[in-house]
Amino acid sequence: MVKDITIFTTNTCGYCQMVKKYLGAKGHTYQEVNLDQEPHRQAEALQLSGALTVPVTVVTMHDNTQEVIVGYNLAKLAPAVA
Amino acid sequence: MSTADKIIVYGAEWCGDCHRTRALFDQYNVAYEYVDIDADADAKAAMLALVDGQNTIPTVVFTDGTIMQEPSNVELIDKLGLREENVSGKTPEHDVIIVGAGPAALTAAIYTTREDIETLIFERGVIGGLAAVTDKIDNYPGFPDGVAGLTLADDLRKQAERFGAVIELGEVTAIHTDGNRTRLETTSGDMLAKAVLIATGSDYKKIGVPGEEEYYGRGVHYCATCDGAFYRDKRIAVVGGGNSAVQEAIFLTRFTTHIDLLVRSTLKASDVLKQDLQKLVDEDKITVHLSTTTDEIVGKDKFVTGIKVTSDGEPVELILDGVFVFVGLDPNSQFLQPTPVEIDDVGFVVTDQNLMTNMPGVFAAGDIRSGATMQIASAAGEGATAALKIREYLEGREHAVQN
Repeated sequence: MVKDITIFTTNTCGYCQMVKKYLGAKGHTYQEVNLDQEPHRQAEALQLSGALTVPVTVVTMHDNTQEVIVGYNLAKLAPAVA
Repeated sequence: MSTADKIIVYGAEWCGDCHRTRALFDQYNVAYEYVDIDADADAKAAMLALVDGQNTIPTVVFTDGTIMQEPSNVELIDKLGLREENVSGKTPEHDVIIVGAGPAALTAAIYTTREDIETLIFERGVIGGLAAVTDKIDNYPGFPDGVAGLTLADDLRKQAERFGAVIELGEVTAIHTDGNRTRLETTSGDMLAKAVLIATGSDYKKIGVPGEEEYYGRGVHYCATCDGAFYRDKRIAVVGGGNSAVQEAIFLTRFTTHIDLLVRSTLKASDVLKQDLQKLVDEDKITVHLSTTTDEIVGKDKFVTGIKVTSDGEPVELILDGVFVFVGLDPNSQFLQPTPVEIDDVGFVVTDQNLMTNMPGVFAAGDIRSGATMQIASAAGEGATAALKIREYLEGREHAVQN
Protein backbone atom coordinates (compact mmCIF):
# COMPACT_ATOMS: atom_id res chain seq x y z
CA MET A 1 0.00 0.00 0.00
CA VAL A 2 1.20 3.48 -0.86
CA LYS A 3 1.63 5.68 2.20
CA ASP A 4 2.99 8.84 0.71
CA ILE A 5 4.06 10.31 -2.64
CA THR A 6 6.35 13.30 -3.14
CA ILE A 7 7.11 14.80 -6.57
CA PHE A 8 9.97 17.17 -7.27
CA THR A 9 8.98 19.53 -10.11
CA THR A 10 9.68 22.87 -11.77
CA ASN A 11 7.26 25.44 -13.20
CA THR A 12 8.11 24.74 -16.82
CA CYS A 13 8.46 20.96 -16.90
CA GLY A 14 5.91 19.16 -19.11
CA TYR A 15 6.82 15.70 -17.86
CA CYS A 16 6.08 16.83 -14.28
CA GLN A 17 2.53 17.71 -15.35
CA MET A 18 2.17 14.21 -16.79
CA VAL A 19 3.21 12.53 -13.53
CA LYS A 20 0.73 14.70 -11.63
CA LYS A 21 -1.97 13.99 -14.20
CA TYR A 22 -1.38 10.24 -14.02
CA LEU A 23 -1.41 10.15 -10.20
CA GLY A 24 -4.51 12.36 -10.13
CA ALA A 25 -6.29 10.05 -12.58
CA LYS A 26 -5.45 7.07 -10.36
CA GLY A 27 -6.84 8.88 -7.31
CA HIS A 28 -3.52 9.43 -5.53
CA THR A 29 -2.68 12.52 -3.52
CA TYR A 30 0.88 13.76 -3.43
CA GLN A 31 3.12 16.48 -2.08
CA GLU A 32 4.86 18.66 -4.60
CA VAL A 33 8.28 20.20 -4.11
CA ASN A 34 8.64 22.95 -6.71
CA LEU A 35 12.35 23.55 -7.18
CA ASP A 36 11.74 26.98 -8.74
CA GLN A 37 10.11 27.97 -5.44
CA GLU A 38 12.43 25.93 -3.20
CA PRO A 39 15.78 25.85 -5.00
CA HIS A 40 17.57 24.82 -1.79
CA ARG A 41 15.90 21.40 -2.09
CA GLN A 42 17.66 20.60 -5.38
CA ALA A 43 20.38 18.69 -3.56
CA GLU A 44 17.67 16.46 -2.07
CA ALA A 45 16.26 15.65 -5.51
CA LEU A 46 19.74 14.95 -6.83
CA GLN A 47 20.56 12.68 -3.91
CA LEU A 48 17.35 10.68 -4.39
CA SER A 49 17.56 10.37 -8.17
CA GLY A 50 21.27 10.56 -8.91
CA ALA A 51 20.36 12.86 -11.77
CA LEU A 52 19.98 16.56 -12.50
CA THR A 53 16.42 16.30 -13.69
CA VAL A 54 12.77 16.53 -12.78
CA PRO A 55 10.28 15.03 -12.27
CA VAL A 56 11.53 12.85 -9.45
CA THR A 57 8.73 10.87 -7.82
CA VAL A 58 9.30 9.27 -4.44
CA VAL A 59 6.76 6.60 -3.51
CA THR A 60 6.85 5.54 0.14
CA MET A 61 4.98 2.37 1.08
CA HIS A 62 3.39 1.56 4.45
CA ASP A 63 6.41 -0.56 5.38
CA ASN A 64 8.55 2.56 4.68
CA THR A 65 10.27 1.06 1.63
CA GLN A 66 10.78 3.70 -1.03
CA GLU A 67 10.81 3.69 -4.78
CA VAL A 68 12.28 6.61 -6.68
CA ILE A 69 11.10 7.11 -10.27
CA VAL A 70 13.16 9.47 -12.39
CA GLY A 71 11.37 11.20 -15.25
CA TYR A 72 7.91 10.36 -16.60
CA ASN A 73 8.26 6.62 -16.94
CA LEU A 74 4.88 4.87 -16.93
CA ALA A 75 6.50 1.42 -17.02
CA LYS A 76 7.96 2.17 -13.57
CA LEU A 77 5.43 4.64 -12.18
CA ALA A 78 2.33 2.50 -12.84
CA PRO A 79 3.48 -0.59 -10.91
CA ALA A 80 5.01 1.55 -8.13
CA VAL A 81 1.65 3.12 -7.24
CA ALA A 82 -0.59 0.18 -8.23
CA MET B 1 15.79 -27.87 -21.45
CA SER B 2 14.80 -27.49 -17.86
CA THR B 3 11.40 -26.42 -16.60
CA ALA B 4 10.50 -24.02 -13.79
CA ASP B 5 7.28 -22.91 -12.12
CA LYS B 6 7.77 -19.24 -12.91
CA ILE B 7 8.96 -17.18 -15.86
CA ILE B 8 12.35 -15.56 -15.24
CA VAL B 9 13.18 -12.15 -16.71
CA TYR B 10 16.89 -11.32 -16.70
CA GLY B 11 17.36 -7.57 -17.01
CA ALA B 12 18.90 -4.40 -15.63
CA GLU B 13 17.55 -1.13 -14.35
CA TRP B 14 18.95 0.91 -17.25
CA CYS B 15 17.42 -1.35 -19.89
CA GLY B 16 14.26 0.13 -21.40
CA ASP B 17 13.22 -3.09 -23.14
CA CYS B 18 13.42 -4.87 -19.78
CA HIS B 19 11.00 -2.36 -18.26
CA ARG B 20 8.73 -2.77 -21.28
CA THR B 21 8.72 -6.54 -20.89
CA ARG B 22 7.97 -6.34 -17.17
CA ALA B 23 5.24 -3.76 -17.73
CA LEU B 24 3.59 -6.08 -20.25
CA PHE B 25 3.70 -9.01 -17.81
CA ASP B 26 2.34 -6.79 -15.02
CA GLN B 27 -0.45 -5.59 -17.26
CA TYR B 28 -1.57 -9.15 -18.00
CA ASN B 29 -0.92 -10.36 -14.42
CA VAL B 30 1.70 -12.83 -15.62
CA ALA B 31 3.75 -14.09 -12.65
CA TYR B 32 7.48 -13.77 -13.21
CA GLU B 33 10.72 -13.45 -11.31
CA TYR B 34 12.89 -10.46 -12.17
CA VAL B 35 16.65 -10.89 -11.91
CA ASP B 36 18.85 -7.79 -12.05
CA ILE B 37 22.06 -9.06 -13.63
CA ASP B 38 23.95 -5.96 -12.46
CA ALA B 39 23.10 -6.76 -8.84
CA ASP B 40 23.68 -10.50 -8.94
CA ALA B 41 26.86 -11.81 -10.59
CA ASP B 42 25.91 -15.45 -10.05
CA ALA B 43 22.56 -14.92 -11.75
CA LYS B 44 24.31 -13.19 -14.65
CA ALA B 45 26.62 -16.19 -15.00
CA ALA B 46 23.58 -18.49 -14.91
CA MET B 47 21.91 -16.44 -17.67
CA LEU B 48 25.06 -16.43 -19.83
CA ALA B 49 25.29 -20.23 -19.43
CA LEU B 50 21.73 -20.56 -20.78
CA VAL B 51 22.39 -18.48 -23.91
CA ASP B 52 25.92 -19.48 -24.91
CA GLY B 53 27.42 -16.35 -23.40
CA GLN B 54 25.25 -13.89 -25.32
CA ASN B 55 25.06 -10.83 -23.10
CA THR B 56 21.61 -9.71 -24.26
CA ILE B 57 18.77 -8.46 -22.09
CA PRO B 58 15.99 -8.87 -21.52
CA THR B 59 16.45 -12.62 -21.70
CA VAL B 60 13.18 -14.32 -20.79
CA VAL B 61 13.09 -17.98 -19.70
CA PHE B 62 9.61 -19.51 -19.87
CA THR B 63 8.30 -22.31 -17.67
CA ASP B 64 8.54 -24.76 -20.58
CA GLY B 65 12.23 -23.95 -20.92
CA THR B 66 11.86 -21.75 -24.03
CA ILE B 67 14.27 -18.81 -24.06
CA MET B 68 13.56 -15.48 -25.80
CA GLN B 69 16.12 -12.70 -26.13
CA GLU B 70 14.91 -9.13 -26.54
CA PRO B 71 11.40 -10.30 -27.49
CA SER B 72 8.93 -7.75 -28.84
CA ASN B 73 5.58 -7.34 -27.06
CA VAL B 74 3.96 -9.07 -30.04
CA GLU B 75 6.23 -12.09 -29.64
CA LEU B 76 5.55 -12.23 -25.90
CA ILE B 77 1.79 -11.91 -26.39
CA ASP B 78 1.88 -14.66 -29.02
CA LYS B 79 4.00 -16.91 -26.84
CA LEU B 80 1.69 -16.57 -23.84
CA GLY B 81 -1.58 -16.54 -25.81
CA LEU B 82 -2.52 -13.17 -24.31
CA ARG B 83 -4.70 -11.81 -27.11
CA GLU B 84 -7.37 -9.64 -25.56
CA GLU B 85 -10.26 -11.65 -27.05
CA ASN B 86 -8.99 -14.63 -25.08
CA VAL B 87 -9.66 -12.64 -21.92
CA SER B 88 -12.86 -10.70 -22.65
CA GLY B 89 -14.08 -12.50 -25.73
CA LYS B 90 -14.19 -9.35 -27.85
CA THR B 91 -11.63 -6.85 -29.07
CA PRO B 92 -12.66 -3.25 -28.39
CA GLU B 93 -13.30 -1.30 -31.57
CA HIS B 94 -12.97 2.42 -32.22
CA ASP B 95 -13.77 4.66 -35.16
CA VAL B 96 -10.38 6.35 -35.10
CA ILE B 97 -7.29 5.66 -33.04
CA ILE B 98 -4.66 8.39 -33.08
CA VAL B 99 -1.14 7.38 -32.12
CA GLY B 100 0.52 10.29 -30.33
CA ALA B 101 -0.95 13.42 -28.69
CA GLY B 102 1.07 16.31 -30.08
CA PRO B 103 -0.32 19.27 -32.05
CA ALA B 104 -1.08 17.18 -35.19
CA ALA B 105 -2.90 14.52 -33.18
CA LEU B 106 -4.89 16.91 -31.00
CA THR B 107 -5.92 19.07 -33.96
CA ALA B 108 -7.06 15.97 -35.85
CA ALA B 109 -9.04 14.91 -32.77
CA ILE B 110 -10.76 18.31 -32.57
CA TYR B 111 -11.94 17.79 -36.15
CA THR B 112 -12.93 14.10 -35.90
CA THR B 113 -14.81 14.46 -32.62
CA ARG B 114 -16.69 17.51 -33.86
CA GLU B 115 -17.88 15.28 -36.73
CA ASP B 116 -19.07 12.72 -34.17
CA ILE B 117 -16.35 10.30 -35.15
CA GLU B 118 -15.44 8.49 -31.94
CA THR B 119 -11.72 9.03 -31.30
CA LEU B 120 -9.20 7.46 -28.94
CA ILE B 121 -5.72 8.94 -28.59
CA PHE B 122 -2.67 7.06 -27.28
CA GLU B 123 0.21 8.99 -25.74
CA ARG B 124 3.27 7.30 -24.25
CA GLY B 125 4.98 10.56 -23.23
CA VAL B 126 3.79 14.12 -22.78
CA ILE B 127 0.39 15.31 -24.00
CA GLY B 128 1.34 18.09 -26.40
CA GLY B 129 4.50 16.34 -27.52
CA LEU B 130 7.67 18.32 -28.10
CA ALA B 131 5.60 21.52 -28.12
CA ALA B 132 4.77 20.89 -24.45
CA VAL B 133 8.42 20.84 -23.42
CA THR B 134 9.34 23.89 -25.50
CA ASP B 135 9.77 27.03 -23.41
CA LYS B 136 8.11 29.55 -25.67
CA ILE B 137 6.58 29.34 -29.12
CA ASP B 138 6.68 32.57 -31.11
CA ASN B 139 5.70 31.34 -34.56
CA TYR B 140 2.33 29.72 -33.89
CA PRO B 141 -0.35 31.99 -35.36
CA GLY B 142 -2.83 33.74 -33.12
CA PHE B 143 -0.47 34.52 -30.24
CA PRO B 144 1.00 37.97 -30.88
CA ASP B 145 3.20 37.75 -27.78
CA GLY B 146 4.11 34.09 -28.20
CA VAL B 147 2.78 31.27 -26.06
CA ALA B 148 4.36 28.93 -23.50
CA GLY B 149 4.60 25.43 -24.98
CA LEU B 150 2.94 23.92 -21.94
CA THR B 151 0.01 26.37 -22.21
CA LEU B 152 -0.52 25.65 -25.90
CA ALA B 153 -0.38 21.90 -25.24
CA ASP B 154 -2.87 22.12 -22.40
CA ASP B 155 -5.27 24.29 -24.41
CA LEU B 156 -5.12 21.91 -27.40
CA ARG B 157 -5.86 19.00 -25.06
CA LYS B 158 -8.83 20.81 -23.47
CA GLN B 159 -10.19 21.69 -26.90
CA ALA B 160 -9.98 18.08 -28.11
CA GLU B 161 -11.47 16.72 -24.87
CA ARG B 162 -14.28 19.28 -25.01
CA PHE B 163 -15.65 17.51 -28.09
CA GLY B 164 -15.18 14.05 -26.63
CA ALA B 165 -11.68 12.88 -27.52
CA VAL B 166 -10.34 10.35 -25.02
CA ILE B 167 -6.63 10.30 -24.25
CA GLU B 168 -5.18 7.07 -22.96
CA LEU B 169 -1.74 7.18 -21.34
CA GLY B 170 -0.07 4.20 -22.94
CA GLU B 171 1.77 3.00 -26.01
CA VAL B 172 0.89 1.43 -29.33
CA THR B 173 3.46 -1.27 -29.98
CA ALA B 174 2.38 -2.67 -33.37
CA ILE B 175 -0.24 -2.34 -36.09
CA HIS B 176 -1.61 -4.87 -38.59
CA THR B 177 -4.36 -4.98 -41.17
CA ASP B 178 -7.24 -7.14 -39.90
CA GLY B 179 -9.91 -7.54 -42.59
CA ASN B 180 -11.26 -4.04 -43.27
CA ARG B 181 -10.01 -2.84 -39.88
CA THR B 182 -6.60 -2.07 -38.43
CA ARG B 183 -5.54 -4.01 -35.36
CA LEU B 184 -3.36 -2.14 -32.88
CA GLU B 185 -1.39 -3.83 -30.15
CA THR B 186 -1.24 -1.49 -27.20
CA THR B 187 -0.24 -1.46 -23.56
CA SER B 188 -4.00 -1.52 -22.86
CA GLY B 189 -4.49 -4.66 -24.97
CA ASP B 190 -5.43 -5.20 -28.61
CA MET B 191 -7.82 -2.79 -30.28
CA LEU B 192 -9.45 -2.48 -33.68
CA ALA B 193 -9.89 0.80 -35.53
CA LYS B 194 -11.73 1.75 -38.70
CA ALA B 195 -9.00 4.32 -39.34
CA VAL B 196 -5.67 5.12 -37.71
CA LEU B 197 -3.69 8.35 -37.64
CA ILE B 198 0.02 8.04 -36.94
CA ALA B 199 1.10 11.31 -35.34
CA THR B 200 3.98 10.14 -33.18
CA GLY B 201 6.19 13.10 -34.08
CA SER B 202 9.84 13.29 -33.33
CA ASP B 203 12.31 13.52 -30.48
CA TYR B 204 15.54 15.45 -30.15
CA LYS B 205 18.41 13.72 -31.86
CA LYS B 206 21.56 12.66 -30.04
CA ILE B 207 24.94 13.99 -31.16
CA GLY B 208 26.54 10.56 -31.00
CA VAL B 209 29.79 11.41 -29.21
CA PRO B 210 31.61 9.66 -26.35
CA GLY B 211 30.26 10.65 -22.93
CA GLU B 212 26.80 11.59 -24.25
CA GLU B 213 25.11 8.41 -23.09
CA GLU B 214 27.28 7.98 -20.00
CA TYR B 215 26.35 11.39 -18.56
CA TYR B 216 22.70 11.43 -19.71
CA GLY B 217 20.68 13.21 -17.01
CA ARG B 218 23.84 14.09 -15.10
CA GLY B 219 25.15 16.86 -17.29
CA VAL B 220 23.78 15.88 -20.70
CA HIS B 221 20.22 17.02 -21.30
CA TYR B 222 17.66 17.31 -24.11
CA CYS B 223 14.95 19.26 -22.25
CA ALA B 224 15.72 22.78 -21.08
CA THR B 225 12.31 23.36 -19.47
CA CYS B 226 12.74 20.16 -17.43
CA ASP B 227 16.34 20.25 -16.35
CA GLY B 228 17.42 23.88 -16.72
CA ALA B 229 16.65 24.69 -13.08
CA PHE B 230 19.56 22.51 -12.00
CA TYR B 231 21.98 24.93 -13.65
CA ARG B 232 21.39 28.02 -11.54
CA ASP B 233 24.63 30.02 -11.45
CA LYS B 234 26.39 27.38 -13.55
CA ARG B 235 28.19 27.42 -16.86
CA ILE B 236 26.84 25.28 -19.68
CA ALA B 237 27.05 24.63 -23.41
CA VAL B 238 24.12 24.41 -25.80
CA VAL B 239 24.83 22.34 -28.92
CA GLY B 240 23.00 23.29 -32.12
CA GLY B 241 22.33 26.29 -34.31
CA GLY B 242 18.67 26.07 -35.31
CA ASN B 243 15.56 27.69 -33.83
CA SER B 244 15.31 25.15 -31.00
CA ALA B 245 18.93 25.53 -29.90
CA VAL B 246 18.79 29.33 -29.92
CA GLN B 247 15.34 29.52 -28.26
CA GLU B 248 16.33 27.10 -25.50
CA ALA B 249 19.73 28.81 -24.98
CA ILE B 250 17.87 32.11 -24.50
CA PHE B 251 15.55 30.41 -21.99
CA LEU B 252 18.47 28.85 -20.10
CA THR B 253 20.17 32.23 -19.53
CA ARG B 254 17.59 32.83 -16.76
CA PHE B 255 19.54 30.24 -14.73
CA THR B 256 23.10 30.19 -16.00
CA THR B 257 26.10 32.49 -15.58
CA HIS B 258 27.32 31.77 -19.09
CA ILE B 259 26.42 29.66 -22.13
CA ASP B 260 28.71 28.55 -24.94
CA LEU B 261 26.50 28.01 -28.00
CA LEU B 262 28.29 25.43 -30.16
CA VAL B 263 27.20 25.65 -33.79
CA ARG B 264 28.49 23.11 -36.29
CA SER B 265 28.36 25.45 -39.30
CA THR B 266 26.37 28.69 -39.20
CA LEU B 267 23.29 29.86 -37.29
CA LYS B 268 20.07 28.64 -38.93
CA ALA B 269 17.69 30.37 -36.51
CA SER B 270 15.15 33.01 -37.50
CA ASP B 271 16.24 36.65 -37.65
CA VAL B 272 14.09 37.56 -34.64
CA LEU B 273 15.75 34.88 -32.53
CA LYS B 274 19.16 35.97 -33.80
CA GLN B 275 18.41 39.52 -32.63
CA ASP B 276 17.39 38.26 -29.16
CA LEU B 277 20.54 36.16 -29.12
CA GLN B 278 22.69 39.16 -30.03
CA LYS B 279 21.42 41.08 -26.98
CA LEU B 280 22.56 38.24 -24.72
CA VAL B 281 25.89 38.02 -26.56
CA ASP B 282 26.36 41.76 -25.94
CA GLU B 283 25.62 41.20 -22.23
CA ASP B 284 28.26 38.43 -22.26
CA LYS B 285 25.69 35.82 -21.20
CA ILE B 286 26.14 33.75 -24.37
CA THR B 287 29.21 33.19 -26.54
CA VAL B 288 28.53 31.85 -30.03
CA HIS B 289 31.12 29.46 -31.49
CA LEU B 290 30.56 28.90 -35.22
CA SER B 291 32.21 26.07 -37.24
CA THR B 292 32.51 24.12 -34.01
CA THR B 293 31.94 20.38 -33.76
CA THR B 294 31.52 18.47 -30.52
CA ASP B 295 33.99 15.61 -30.07
CA GLU B 296 33.46 14.37 -26.54
CA ILE B 297 31.64 15.15 -23.32
CA VAL B 298 33.97 14.62 -20.39
CA GLY B 299 33.27 14.24 -16.69
CA LYS B 300 34.46 13.10 -13.33
CA ASP B 301 32.70 11.30 -10.45
CA LYS B 302 29.59 10.65 -12.59
CA PHE B 303 29.05 14.33 -13.55
CA VAL B 304 30.02 16.42 -16.56
CA THR B 305 33.03 18.68 -16.14
CA GLY B 306 33.64 19.82 -19.69
CA ILE B 307 33.28 19.36 -23.42
CA LYS B 308 35.93 18.75 -26.06
CA VAL B 309 35.28 20.50 -29.36
CA THR B 310 37.04 21.31 -32.61
CA SER B 311 36.62 24.98 -33.40
CA ASP B 312 37.89 26.23 -36.78
CA GLY B 313 40.05 23.11 -36.97
CA GLU B 314 41.61 23.63 -33.54
CA PRO B 315 40.90 21.27 -30.62
CA VAL B 316 39.56 23.14 -27.56
CA GLU B 317 38.29 21.94 -24.19
CA LEU B 318 35.67 24.04 -22.45
CA ILE B 319 35.22 23.66 -18.68
CA LEU B 320 31.53 23.63 -17.76
CA ASP B 321 28.82 21.90 -15.74
CA GLY B 322 26.32 20.77 -18.32
CA VAL B 323 25.51 20.32 -22.00
CA PHE B 324 22.05 20.80 -23.56
CA VAL B 325 21.64 19.23 -26.99
CA PHE B 326 19.27 20.49 -29.74
CA VAL B 327 20.79 19.22 -32.98
CA GLY B 328 17.72 18.15 -34.91
CA LEU B 329 14.88 15.68 -34.75
CA ASP B 330 14.54 11.91 -35.00
CA PRO B 331 11.20 10.39 -36.04
CA ASN B 332 9.36 8.17 -33.54
CA SER B 333 8.73 5.39 -36.05
CA GLN B 334 10.49 2.43 -34.39
CA PHE B 335 7.18 0.68 -33.68
CA LEU B 336 6.42 0.72 -37.42
CA GLN B 337 9.65 -1.04 -38.46
CA PRO B 338 8.15 -4.56 -38.49
CA THR B 339 4.89 -3.39 -40.17
CA PRO B 340 4.13 -2.97 -43.87
CA VAL B 341 3.88 0.84 -43.44
CA GLU B 342 6.34 2.41 -45.84
CA ILE B 343 9.08 4.41 -44.13
CA ASP B 344 11.65 6.52 -45.98
CA ASP B 345 15.38 5.96 -45.58
CA VAL B 346 15.62 8.35 -42.62
CA GLY B 347 12.66 6.88 -40.75
CA PHE B 348 9.74 9.13 -41.71
CA VAL B 349 6.36 7.72 -42.78
CA VAL B 350 5.57 8.03 -46.50
CA THR B 351 2.04 9.22 -47.38
CA ASP B 352 0.11 9.99 -50.55
CA GLN B 353 -1.56 13.34 -51.29
CA ASN B 354 -4.42 12.37 -48.97
CA LEU B 355 -1.95 11.80 -46.12
CA MET B 356 -2.69 8.06 -46.27
CA THR B 357 0.12 5.54 -45.97
CA ASN B 358 0.41 2.43 -48.13
CA MET B 359 -1.69 0.60 -45.49
CA PRO B 360 -5.38 1.26 -46.25
CA GLY B 361 -7.03 3.33 -43.53
CA VAL B 362 -3.73 4.27 -41.89
CA PHE B 363 -2.89 7.98 -42.20
CA ALA B 364 0.04 10.06 -40.97
CA ALA B 365 0.41 13.75 -40.07
CA GLY B 366 2.88 16.11 -38.45
CA ASP B 367 6.60 15.66 -37.78
CA ILE B 368 6.45 11.90 -38.42
CA ARG B 369 5.42 12.35 -42.06
CA SER B 370 8.05 12.22 -44.77
CA GLY B 371 8.34 15.78 -46.12
CA ALA B 372 7.13 17.44 -42.90
CA THR B 373 8.50 20.89 -42.16
CA MET B 374 8.79 20.23 -38.40
CA GLN B 375 6.69 23.25 -37.48
CA ILE B 376 3.88 23.24 -34.91
CA ALA B 377 1.61 25.26 -37.20
CA SER B 378 2.23 22.81 -40.06
CA ALA B 379 1.57 19.86 -37.77
CA ALA B 380 -1.75 21.35 -36.69
CA GLY B 381 -2.66 22.00 -40.34
CA GLU B 382 -1.78 18.46 -41.36
CA GLY B 383 -3.82 17.15 -38.42
CA ALA B 384 -6.88 19.00 -39.71
CA THR B 385 -6.28 17.76 -43.26
CA ALA B 386 -5.80 14.18 -42.09
CA ALA B 387 -9.03 14.32 -40.08
CA LEU B 388 -11.00 15.43 -43.16
CA LYS B 389 -9.38 12.73 -45.30
CA ILE B 390 -10.20 10.17 -42.62
CA ARG B 391 -13.82 11.29 -42.67
CA GLU B 392 -13.93 10.81 -46.44
CA TYR B 393 -12.33 7.40 -46.03
CA LEU B 394 -14.84 6.36 -43.37
CA GLU B 395 -17.72 7.53 -45.51
CA GLY B 396 -16.31 5.43 -48.32
CA ARG B 397 -16.25 8.45 -50.56
CA GLU B 398 -13.85 8.97 -53.38
CA HIS B 399 -11.23 11.50 -52.39
CA ALA B 400 -12.01 14.97 -53.69
CA VAL B 401 -10.39 15.79 -56.99
CA GLN B 402 -7.15 17.65 -56.41
CA ASN B 403 -6.76 20.94 -58.17
